[in-house]
Amino acid sequence: MSTTQPAAGEHLLEVSGLTKHFPIRRGIVFQRQIGAVHAVDGIDFTVGAGQSLGLVGESGCGKSTTGRLITRLLEPTAGKVVFDGEDITHTPENRMKEARRNLQMIFQDPYSSLNPRHTVGTIVETPMRLNDINPPQGHKKRAQELLETVGLNPEHYNRYPNEFSGGQRQRIGIARALALRPKLIVADEPVSALDVSIQAQIVNLLQDLQRELGIAFVFIAHDLAVVRHFCERVAVMYLGKIVEVADRQTLYTGPRHPYTHALLSAVPEADPDAVHRRERIRLAGDVPSPVDPPSGCRFRTRCWKAQERCATEEPPLVRLGGNAEGHLTACHFPEEPSVEARAEDIVLDPALTTLEDNASAAS
Amino acid sequence: MSLLTSPQPAAADDAAAPFLDVRDLRVHFPTEDGIVKSVDGVSFTLEKGSTLGIVGESGSGKSVTSLALLGLHKGTRAQVSGEIRLDGRELVSLPEHAMRSLRGRTVSMIFQDPLSALHPYFTVGAQIAEAYQVHHKVSKKEARERAVEMLKRVGIPQPQRRVRDYPHQFSGGMRQRAMIAMALVCDPELLIADEPTTALDVTVQAQILDLIRDLQEEFGSAVILITHDLGVVADIADDILVMYGGRRIEYGTVHDVLKEPQHPYTWGLLESMPQITGDVGRRLNPIAGSPPSLINPPGGCAFHPRCTYKGWVPEGRCAVDRPELVEVAGTGRHLAACHLTPETRQEIRVRTATGAAQ
Repeated sequence: MSTTQPAAGEHLLEVSGLTKHFPIRRGIVFQRQIGAVHAVDGIDFTVGAGQSLGLVGESGCGKSTTGRLITRLLEPTAGKVVFDGEDITHTPENRMKEARRNLQMIFQDPYSSLNPRHTVGTIVETPMRLNDINPPQGHKKRAQELLETVGLNPEHYNRYPNEFSGGQRQRIGIARALALRPKLIVADEPVSALDVSIQAQIVNLLQDLQRELGIAFVFIAHDLAVVRHFCERVAVMYLGKIVEVADRQTLYTGPRHPYTHALLSAVPEADPDAVHRRERIRLAGDVPSPVDPPSGCRFRTRCWKAQERCATEEPPLVRLGGNAEGHLTACHFPEEPSVEARAEDIVLDPALTTLEDNASAAS
Repeated sequence: MSLLTSPQPAAADDAAAPFLDVRDLRVHFPTEDGIVKSVDGVSFTLEKGSTLGIVGESGSGKSVTSLALLGLHKGTRAQVSGEIRLDGRELVSLPEHAMRSLRGRTVSMIFQDPLSALHPYFTVGAQIAEAYQVHHKVSKKEARERAVEMLKRVGIPQPQRRVRDYPHQFSGGMRQRAMIAMALVCDPELLIADEPTTALDVTVQAQILDLIRDLQEEFGSAVILITHDLGVVADIADDILVMYGGRRIEYGTVHDVLKEPQHPYTWGLLESMPQITGDVGRRLNPIAGSPPSLINPPGGCAFHPRCTYKGWVPEGRCAVDRPELVEVAGTGRHLAACHLTPETRQEIRVRTATGAAQ
């Protein structure tokens, strides 16, 4: 696995200004648009060959939409997707087949992403047949090899998806994605539907494949620990924007954006002592609606540092003073790059504040 | 369902009896394929003001245990045996009408999916008020005021207005807060939270977990938190019970179980979870295979087909003898069900520690 940063122009995937607005329509015969869900609102990132980029964020932040835009399962509203030197932003569907040879996807739900009426063999062979790829050993043999690669018994070639467990189905999905030897795989929450012990099996499998086959990954997940484990670079999304991006070491130990701080602080850790070591930030409420996102900085409605400027001026995603190369943050009033416990916890939730004030007053 | 043969314990030390005492609880479901032993001899105790975390993968019997505590298997085909003593009262043999008077008032529950646990046809306020009116002789108006107060307590903004909203008008985090309000409206003595945060985002999860903990401190109730995530229990539980295939395999304080785990399955759970701190180069060490069948559980130790260390136990005992849950030497009440000797466990842990360091 090469960890060297490819020079400019060598990127396998370049995304710039990518935007997706889903129109909201009203009316039966004469439909008029009354608004739009700003699912993804102008994001830029690049992925080098053999690299892995993690996209993290809470539900509704646009990470899955981004994945579907890259693979062109959705049509972008604006922006550009350049894959392997070719602009695929508006390539017509009948010509996308060629790009998708190198650009595959692994889906979240191993139950709905496999056709229940096809055998495992058919599922894994179909991508090859559709692309007129005739491996020298024949389709069946190749499919069986792929099943073996992902840790399934090649004799299960003739079985149907319902005969497999969740983890095994996810392996079938991975075998299907590998069938065309892609250069990039977009993995959308590939392990979140699985039990902990099965999750680890799939993460290890994906890691082995990445190392052995040199496949680049866009790894979309809400579990920050899994993303840290798998991806060299991580981008944090909030309401359709990337708010911070950095290599994993920097992002997890020296984040600058308040949202990244809040997100990291909320991750539960299986260590009873960790609670006292790490900062405690508890936000109030939920993510605002992407139909009418806040002006300026989108996080300002939940941010403890927000000031007037945050409402009027949208912070650009730039390298702040003191940040390492490649560490970009979109914030006017960044935090200190540390996740250590603070002198005072930041608790914005009104119910928690009341309860904790009462408790400390009583003691 | 009336296996009342278990002898009643001598009522000598009533004062010392724990608030909740579950002994040898079994929940079996007869099916066409055979008897599904979802819970197979589970015992634990819980005092008021403390929290027990029940941890296990899907199918380990953790949710079925919690439903048994609420008496929700009554009137189904499930065969429940064993003893559940809540404040000295036996619940397994309790008739349904008596159970109804406890449910919601003494024991209440927070379910995993608030959207399907709340009724879509009634307002949130009406549902909370109903839970209160069932157990208290109050007017509709008083019950509604109580609902507003509860919504305020759990941090719903503008509770006066939101009390008239329907569940679909609430966001996921707010729905879970409304569920908590409903569960706490009668000041229950025992609160069961079944995966209360699994459907929520991580920042909202942190808010809800802290809320449950802070409310518990205020109300002094006993809490059972059921989850598959060891991280969730680390911060809020006092004791942890690890379940596998319907049985207990490790039981102890949070510190004992997470810092000094004794059972290979607990090791496996901990090693298969990536941590937010720690070495990213360390490979995850998943548990091989998949969870056991509950109809034909493996003989001996239910975990032995997936256990890496069964070779360390002489004469293949793991496949034949079911290990008893015994105290780990030198600890107060840290129990583990494994045939490995303490020396062997120590040696394995040293080896894995050095292996991880390399």
